[in-house]
Amino acid sequence: MTARVRALETILTQKGLVDPAAIDAIVDTYENKVGPRNGAHVVAKAWSEPAFADWLRKDATAAIASLGYTGRQGEHMQVVFNTAETHNLVVCTLCSCYPWSVLGLPPVWYKSPPYRSRAVIDPRGVLAEFGLTLPQDRQIRVWDSTAELRYLVVPERPDGTEGWPEERLMRLVTRDSMIGTGLALAAEAT
Amino acid sequence: MNRANDDERALPDGGDGQAFDAPWQAEALAIAVALQDAGLFTAAEWAEALGRERNRAGLAADGSDYYQSVVDALEALLSGKAIATRGEISATARSWRRAARATPHGKPILLENDPQFGAE
Repeated sequence: MTARVRALETILTQKGLVDPAAIDAIVDTYENKVGPRNGAHVVAKAWSEPAFADWLRKDATAAIASLGYTGRQGEHMQVVFNTAETHNLVVCTLCSCYPWSVLGLPPVWYKSPPYRSRAVIDPRGVLAEFGLTLPQDRQIRVWDSTAELRYLVVPERPDGTEGWPEERLMRLVTRDSMIGTGLALAAEAT
Repeated sequence: MNRANDDERALPDGGDGQAFDAPWQAEALAIAVALQDAGLFTAAEWAEALGRERNRAGLAADGSDYYQSVVDALEALLSGKAIATRGEISATARSWRRAARATPHGKPILLENDPQFGAE
């Protein structure tokens, strides 16, 4: 595969369609600069500031961009809030659409055929494999991402975190909790 | 993809490690992103092309062939848009393989090291 990818890069560079330096910069961005910490910042701010949470509900793309996190292709963001009644779970049944700007690159399981298939038909079974068992009366809503619209879950704020600063709250927000395959960590976890 | 089978398969373990298993995976993804940045195709076209590859029968349940699909989708899009033909890509890949074999260990592999450089 190395030779095939080198061939693509060679041909595209010779035709002036890509710049090898730009390729290196993109790799660096996705390996080192974007990651779930960006999303954790969004969630912690939503927990701390009701006005920001409202902005996320009305125009998540703009609210998230205000923190400096924007998608490269201008994809739109929708933020879905977990409540005592509803738990949200994100999937891309087509391929691997994912909110890169706030979560970085998707984990292996997110891109796997079983997750893409089973998240829709058996979300409770999928959550159980992640060690997450929700009350039977908790509704599970599954959101199917597309190239144009990506989802970020705001998990419920853990008890006992009243008055915590954003930086401390961020440490409770895991990647999986923002996909919906986990919950935020308990206050005692930090 | 064999949906009936995937409906029953277990999810792969882990996924918390590094983003890429090999440099070519990162480069392939970066090429796809750079071509979208350059406006050669849209995010929707990319998702459709990648989705086509990721919905074929016989995919690995652990997702380990994901970046193979990324390369396949790139090649399909580029040939579909007459940006690079499959023959051109294959010939250049063969040239890179010959260059790798002809390059002494420890030296950088250059396309010019292909003994048949420029002949194909």
